[in-house]
Amino acid sequence: MSAAKKANSNRDDYLRMYRQMVRIRAFEDNANQLYLSAKMPGLTHMYSGQEAVAVGICEALTCDDKITSTHRGHGHCVAKGANFKEMFCELLGKEEGYCRGKGGSMHIADQANGNLGANAIVGGSMGIATGAALSARRLGKTDVTVCFFGDGATAQGLMYEVMNMAALWRLPVIYACENNGYSEYTRTDEIAAGSITARAEAFGIESHQVDGQDVLAVNKLATDLVARARKGEGPFFIELMTYRYHGHHVGDINREYYRPKDEEAEWKSNRDPIANFGKWLEDQKIVTNDELVSINKDIKAQAEEAVAYAEKAAYPSVNEVDMHVFASSAA
Amino acid sequence: MREITLSKAVNEAIAEEMRRDPSIFVIGEDVAEAGTPFKVLSGLVEEFGTERIIDTPIAEPGFMGIAVGAAMTGSRPIVDLMFGDFLYLVMDQLCNQAAKTHYMSGGKLNVPLVLRTNLGATRRSAAQHSQSLHALVAHIPGLKVAMPSSAYEAKGLMKTAIRDNNPVVIFEDKLMYQDKAPVPEEEYFIPFGVANVLREGTDITLVATSSMVQVALKAADILAAEGMSAEVIDPRTIVPLDEDTILKSVRKTSRAIVIDEGHQSYGITGEIASRISEKAFYHLDAPVQRMGAMDVPVPFSPALEDVTVPTEQTVAERARLAIRGDLFHAA
Ligand SMILES: Cc1ncc(C[n+]2csc(CCOP(=O)(O)OP(=O)(O)O)c2C)c(N)n1
Ligand SMILES: [Mg+2]
Repeated sequence: MSAAKKANSNRDDYLRMYRQMVRIRAFEDNANQLYLSAKMPGLTHMYSGQEAVAVGICEALTCDDKITSTHRGHGHCVAKGANFKEMFCELLGKEEGYCRGKGGSMHIADQANGNLGANAIVGGSMGIATGAALSARRLGKTDVTVCFFGDGATAQGLMYEVMNMAALWRLPVIYACENNGYSEYTRTDEIAAGSITARAEAFGIESHQVDGQDVLAVNKLATDLVARARKGEGPFFIELMTYRYHGHHVGDINREYYRPKDEEAEWKSNRDPIANFGKWLEDQKIVTNDELVSINKDIKAQAEEAVAYAEKAAYPSVNEVDMHVFASSAA
Repeated sequence: MREITLSKAVNEAIAEEMRRDPSIFVIGEDVAEAGTPFKVLSGLVEEFGTERIIDTPIAEPGFMGIAVGAAMTGSRPIVDLMFGDFLYLVMDQLCNQAAKTHYMSGGKLNVPLVLRTNLGATRRSAAQHSQSLHALVAHIPGLKVAMPSSAYEAKGLMKTAIRDNNPVVIFEDKLMYQDKAPVPEEEYFIPFGVANVLREGTDITLVATSSMVQVALKAADILAAEGMSAEVIDPRTIVPLDEDTILKSVRKTSRAIVIDEGHQSYGITGEIASRISEKAFYHLDAPVQRMGAMDVPVPFSPALEDVTVPTEQTVAERARLAIRGDLFHAA
């Protein structure tokens, strides 16, 4: 490959990563607005601030690779290739949603893109991810599975059971712990003893800690580990240091009692993954500021269009309520 | 009499008992400064400190087991399980350990603990945060199960639960936390196994638990306007169950519907209905009917969720059929 060609394809990769992060932010801004204007049923957990984690990792995956997601799952879903329209329809409980309105924000799954689903049980997907990795191996596929979970989920016993088996059986699974410093209304250091990476190391699992606000650093590490997991060198564990901008969920607005405002301001103004990557792209003369502005504008318009579409979309027919309890089976 | 919310009633019951008995402590996720996501325990940590209002990591089986061990050795723990749906995580510690210890030890060891959790759909919280799982624990010998239906009930039942020397699981309706009811300032207890006849009637008995008590009362209003008289009974605790009050009522009215928010199949409604059929058979003028939640995972979409639970209209309709004698033909 010529040097010029390489620079060019890098530019495409960079721009795709930038776009995907902006898409997640735009999705969340609109979801938050839907909540604030009482148009969304229930509550939802915003991914804003953590975009570089989902995008850095998912950009290292193929469409066939699998992910499992969490209650804070919109970012993973977008990064793995989902469309705005089906996502907003799902958030509003509409028939055209990814799950025909049955799942909602906390249960979006996008099977076509290898997203095995968000999960409202903290740590609930750790077995699923490890099982997907076992399945890939058994079926002779080269898929890798990434298990996303929060720092709080490291308290769940299931994690230790499955990491032990994954290590024993050298499964192609990557445990991606998004350490955003809080689990609900509690600081992580109050509920997690010792080091998080050492937990995986105890099973002989190679572990890394990375700046989760730096999409290039995340992507570089993920690309390397995914390739190695594909060759049978897994499992791996990554702790990604990051931050959530909103409250635990959209309704968690008065939160100074557990998280100081200046801490939030510091992350937002100095460590924003999108702003910092945008600035880097400009500094490297990969894009101009005008180009970035127009990308942001286009994506904002796309998100708003998808929201308008979802608001008008139909609810599922009541007849669907007892459909899908069981899958049909050959007699 | 003053009126307070169900949330405040629970808070008062726990605070009063904790002032009296230093062996009581509360353990669970975000119970201290946050006072739980529903804010039910707000203020307790300020009064009792973090030694007695203990925040845990997200480790339900772990803190449940710790509570069982503490209860066996002189403490009286109140375990806070944020959502009833998380019962699945604590089942071994609750059902294999707590429930059986007194019996297996030939009466030598006691497990005086309270597990407080919740039930109730139609909050748009989807399949993993909306279940009403009291039938699961009511099935296990050794566990008592309380189902408060108002602020008054919640306080009186909680105080009795705390003083009981057995594991007691108490299910609060999460949609009722802000509902107010008259609650006396003076101390009172509601004994277990004594049903409450909320409304007297002659044509049909509506036995309803927890969230369904209000539904039954409203159905009784609808029926009254049409000249039919319904008796409404709240069992208050399903283990122990006050069979006598229910049977006495059905012998008088000769008809019964049992209404409960758990899934209809293999649930509370079936249990109570079959006791009525066994013990009041010769007094019955119509088949005893069960009305539970539909046998489907709780769907997210409001268009679907609302039809999964009994409403005053559906209860009144079933009652009409029974009273008119149309059920035989309809069935
Ligand atoms: C088993 C279980 N326990 C508790 C909860 C309630 N809950 C939802 S999110 C959350 C905090 C999760 O923290 P973390 O894993 O760090 O993820 P974050 O919210 O920070 O993304 C808790 C306690 C739950 N959904 N499932
Ligand atoms: Mg966290």
